[in-house]
Amino acid sequence: MGAVAPWAPAVTAGGQESSSHLPPVLRESGQREVFCGLTSIVWLHRRMPDAFFLVVGSRTCAHLVQSAAGVMIFAEPRFGTAILGERDLAGLADANEELDRLVRDLLERRPEIRTLFLVGSCPSEVIKLDLGKAAERLNGQLAGRVRVLNYSGSGIETTFTQGEDQALLAMQPLMPASDEPQLLIVGTLADPVEDRLIDLFGRMGIERVRSLPPRRSTELPPVGRGTKVLLAQPFLSATARALQARGAELIPAPYPFGVEGSRLWMRAAATACGLAPAAIEAVLAPLVERGRRAVAPHREVLAGKRLVLMPDSQLELSLARFLHQECGMELVEVGTPYLDRQLLAEELALLPAGTAITEGQDVERQLERVRAARPDLVVCGLGLANPLEAEGIATKWSIELVFSPIHGCDQAGDLAELFSRPLRRRNLLQFS
Amino acid sequence: MRIATSMEGVHYVLHAPQGDTYADLLFTMIERRDRRPPVTYTTFQARDLGGDTAELVKRSINDAVERFRPEALLVGESCTAELIQDQPGALAGGMDLGGIPVVSLELPAYSKKENWGAAETFYQLVRALLKPQLPPPGAAKPSPARWRQEGRRPRVNLLGPTLLGFRCRDDILEVSRLLGELGIDVTVVAPLGARPADLLRIPSADANVCLYPEVAGPVCNWLERSFGMPVVRSMPIGIGATGDFLREVTNLLEMDSEVIAAATNAEAEQRSRLPWYSRSVDSTYLTGKRVFIFGDATHAIAAARIASRELGFQVVGLGSYSREQARDVRAAAKELDLDALITDDYLVVEKAMAEAAPELVLGTQMERHSAKRLGIPCAVISTPLHVQDVPARTSPQMGWEGANVIFDTWVHPLMMGLEEHLITMFRHDFEFTEGHRSHLGGAPDGAGIEASGTKQPTTGAAASTETTTATAVASAAAGATAAPAAALAENGLHWSPDGEAELAKIPFFVRGKARRNAESFARAQGLHRIDAETLYEAKAHFSR
Repeated sequence: MGAVAPWAPAVTAGGQESSSHLPPVLRESGQREVFCGLTSIVWLHRRMPDAFFLVVGSRTCAHLVQSAAGVMIFAEPRFGTAILGERDLAGLADANEELDRLVRDLLERRPEIRTLFLVGSCPSEVIKLDLGKAAERLNGQLAGRVRVLNYSGSGIETTFTQGEDQALLAMQPLMPASDEPQLLIVGTLADPVEDRLIDLFGRMGIERVRSLPPRRSTELPPVGRGTKVLLAQPFLSATARALQARGAELIPAPYPFGVEGSRLWMRAAATACGLAPAAIEAVLAPLVERGRRAVAPHREVLAGKRLVLMPDSQLELSLARFLHQECGMELVEVGTPYLDRQLLAEELALLPAGTAITEGQDVERQLERVRAARPDLVVCGLGLANPLEAEGIATKWSIELVFSPIHGCDQAGDLAELFSRPLRRRNLLQFS
Repeated sequence: MRIATSMEGVHYVLHAPQGDTYADLLFTMIERRDRRPPVTYTTFQARDLGGDTAELVKRSINDAVERFRPEALLVGESCTAELIQDQPGALAGGMDLGGIPVVSLELPAYSKKENWGAAETFYQLVRALLKPQLPPPGAAKPSPARWRQEGRRPRVNLLGPTLLGFRCRDDILEVSRLLGELGIDVTVVAPLGARPADLLRIPSADANVCLYPEVAGPVCNWLERSFGMPVVRSMPIGIGATGDFLREVTNLLEMDSEVIAAATNAEAEQRSRLPWYSRSVDSTYLTGKRVFIFGDATHAIAAARIASRELGFQVVGLGSYSREQARDVRAAAKELDLDALITDDYLVVEKAMAEAAPELVLGTQMERHSAKRLGIPCAVISTPLHVQDVPARTSPQMGWEGANVIFDTWVHPLMMGLEEHLITMFRHDFEFTEGHRSHLGGAPDGAGIEASGTKQPTTGAAASTETTTATAVASAAAGATAAPAAALAENGLHWSPDGEAELAKIPFFVRGKARRNAESFARAQGLHRIDAETLYEAKAHFSR
C-alpha cells in the first residue's frame, strides 16, 4: 500500500470498494478548486465552427468564459452570454422573452449559425429556467434554419470537462438511427489528430470511422447496433451510456494518451472490428517504435520524479498511468473530480500497485498533503499553479491538457514534453 | 474579493458553487500573485441544494476561521448563492468566532457590478472597524492644519488602490514620492497592502486622498461626514492634473506658501518629459490623431484631458462602464463636444468605435480585442486588464513619471504613422511586402496570427474579388470579421479591377484604412463602383 500516512481518510470513509492492487479511494468533500462545465465551450466551439453556445447565466458566467477563454474575442466568439438580470429573476416570463429576443438578434448578426446550444448555468438551474422548453419553443420559431439544443454546464452539476459530456448527450437524440457497422470515436479531438487516427484505422482495414462531435454540427453520425464506440476521452460517462442505450457497443480500452495507451486503444478498436492481429501490428509497430523514441528524452528528465495530480479534468488517471509507465514517474497522489469505475477500469488496472487515488477535493487538506510530500511536479488548475510555484513546487497547468493535441502515438512525445518542460525550465534558470 | 485579496489579515468566506473558484486565477494569473486569494468558497453542488446549505456555510466559516485566524472576516455570497437565500452574513453573525470582527456583505450581483462591490466592501469594512472611534455627533471638525500645532509633518491617507486595479501598485509609489518631496507623509495606504489594524489608523491623518473614486468614493465620503476628514479629489493623471492635485493637497493642508508655490511652479511641468516630447518636432505627426477612449471613469476622464490638451489628439469618442460616475464622464465629454457613451455592452462600444473610425483606441482589455478586430492600434488604460498590463517594471499612470509612461504607451502604437512617408519611399522594398509583420500584428489585411486557431478572416482582396456575389459566402465563412466584406456587399459597392490593383499597391498596414476611407467616400458620393480614380478622389478628400 506504500506510504498511506498522508492520506489518513479524514472527511468521509464512504464506499471503500477497491481494485485488487490499489488502496481504497479517498473520497473528499470540501472546497473544490475546479472549473465548471461552461469552460468546455472553449474547445467545443473550435470543434464545431457552425455552432454557437449561448450561456444563460449571470455576469459572473460571462466573466468566466471570457477569462477562461482568454482568446475568445480574437476569434469573434462563437459563444456569448444571455445575462440574467434582476428583472429575469423576478419573472420567468420576462426571462424567456428576453432570451427569445437575444436569440433573434444573435441569429441576425450571425446568419452562419446552424446549431445553437442554450447552455444552463448555476443561476438558471437554481431559478429553474426550463431551457429544454425554451429550446423547443425556439426550434418551433426557427424551424429548419437553426437547430436549438440545450444542456447544463453549471458548476453545481458539472465540473470542467463534464460540460462536453453534457453537450454530446444533448446532440445524441438528433443522431439518426442506423445499424450499419462503424467505428465511432467519441470525444473532441484536434482535427489533425483525428485525421491521422482515421487514416491509421483505415490502413488497418477499418472502413467506416466517424466522430462525435462532428466537425459540422449538422452532420451528426448515425448510431445503432452496428456502432462500436471508442471513447477518446475518459469523461464522457453520460454520452457513453446514452449511446449504449441505442444499441452501440462500448469498446473497453485505456485512453489514447502516450504510446502504450494509444497502442492498446487502437488495438482494442481494431480487434473489436474483427481485424486480424497481424494487420493491426503491421500498422502499430512502427508507430510504437517511433513514439517511444520521441518520449525517451523526456523520460530522462521525468524518471524518478515524484508527481501529484490535483483533481481537474478527469484525465488524471490516464495521465498518471502514462507518466508512470512510460516516463518513469513516481505517483504520490492521483486526484480526480469524479471517478467512473466502468470507463476507467482499464486504466485502473494499469496503475502501479499502491497508487493513492482521491476523488472529489478538499483543497486545503490536499495542499497540506502536497506540502508535506514535496513532489517534484504537481498537475493542477490555473488558480493553484502560481501559488505552488511560489512555494518552490513545479507545476503543469492542466488546462493545456484539454486544449493541446495530445492523443495518439504520434503525440506521445509532445505530451511528455508538456510535463518535462517545467522541470527543464527550472534547471535553465539561474539568478546568481 | 479584490478588497480581501488586496489586504493582509482579512479572510473572505464566499457562498458560491464550485465554478466560481475560477476567480482565484484572476489574481494568480493576471496579477501573477504568489498566493491564493484569502477566500474560502463553500462550493455547493446540486446535491447539497436538497440538504442544508446553511450548515455548509457555517462549517466553511468555522474551518476558515480556525485555519486562517484572520483579523477580520468578510462573509458574502455569489450570484447563485444569492438565489438560494441562505443569508450567510446572518449565519456568521450568530456564530461564536472568538470576537473577530465580521463584516457581512450584501452585494446584489444581479444589479450591481464589480467596482460597486469593491467600493461597498471597502466601505463596510472601514465602517465596521472604525465604529468605536466615531466622534460624538456635533464634535468640531479637526483642522487640516493641525499638524502645525502638533509639531509634525502633515499626513494623508491614500485610499482606493486594489489588486486588479490599473497600475495601483506603481501609482502608490509615485504619489507617495511626490507627496514626500513636499514634506507630506502617507499614513495609511488601503486597501492594497493594509491590515485591519492599519484601517484603525485612518483617522490619524489630516486628509484622505481619494485615489480611485471607483473604490474609495463611499469610504471617503463617509470619513468626511463622520470624522470631518477633508478629501482630495483631483486625480494626478497627466501633467495638468498632477499640478491640480499638488495644488489641491498643499492648499488643503494650508502649507507654507513656498511649498504651494513649488507645486504651482511652472517648472513642475519640467519634471516630466511628456511636455517636451510632445512639443518636439518628432511629435508633429501626432497632430489631430483621432482617438477613441473607453474605460473606468477615472482613467477615461484623465485620458481625454491628456489626449486633447497634452498630446494634441482629437478625441472622437469618450465613454465609460462606470455608471456611478456617469455624470463626470458626461461633463468631460461635453467639453470636447461629444456625447459620452455609458454602457457595459462591449458590442455597443465596438460599434461606436467602428463608427468613430479612430486611429488609436485607449480602452480596457475588451476594447483591445475589439480594436484588434477592427485593425486599430490600441493601448490599455483601465481595468479590466490582461496579464500584459501588469508589467514587471514600475510603470505608474499617476504623477510626473506616470505622464512619461503614458506618453510612451500611447504613442508607440501610432509609430507606424511616423513612417508613412518612409513606407511610400520604400514601397518596393521587401521589408514592406505582404508577409512582413509589423508590430501592430492583426491589421485585417495581413496574414495575421489568429490566436484562436480559427481560419484567418477573409482578406480584403479575396473578399472584394468575389465582390457582390460574395455576401452569403463572406458572412458565412468569415463570421464577424466579415464586417468589411459584408458591408461592402450590402452597400452595393463594387471594386473595379483597377481600383483593386491600386489598393493593392498601398502598404498592407494602411490599406485597411484606405479601403474604409474609399468606401465611405464612395457611399457619401452615391457611387457604386470604386476604381483607381475614386481611390485618389477619396485620398484627396481625406487629406484635406
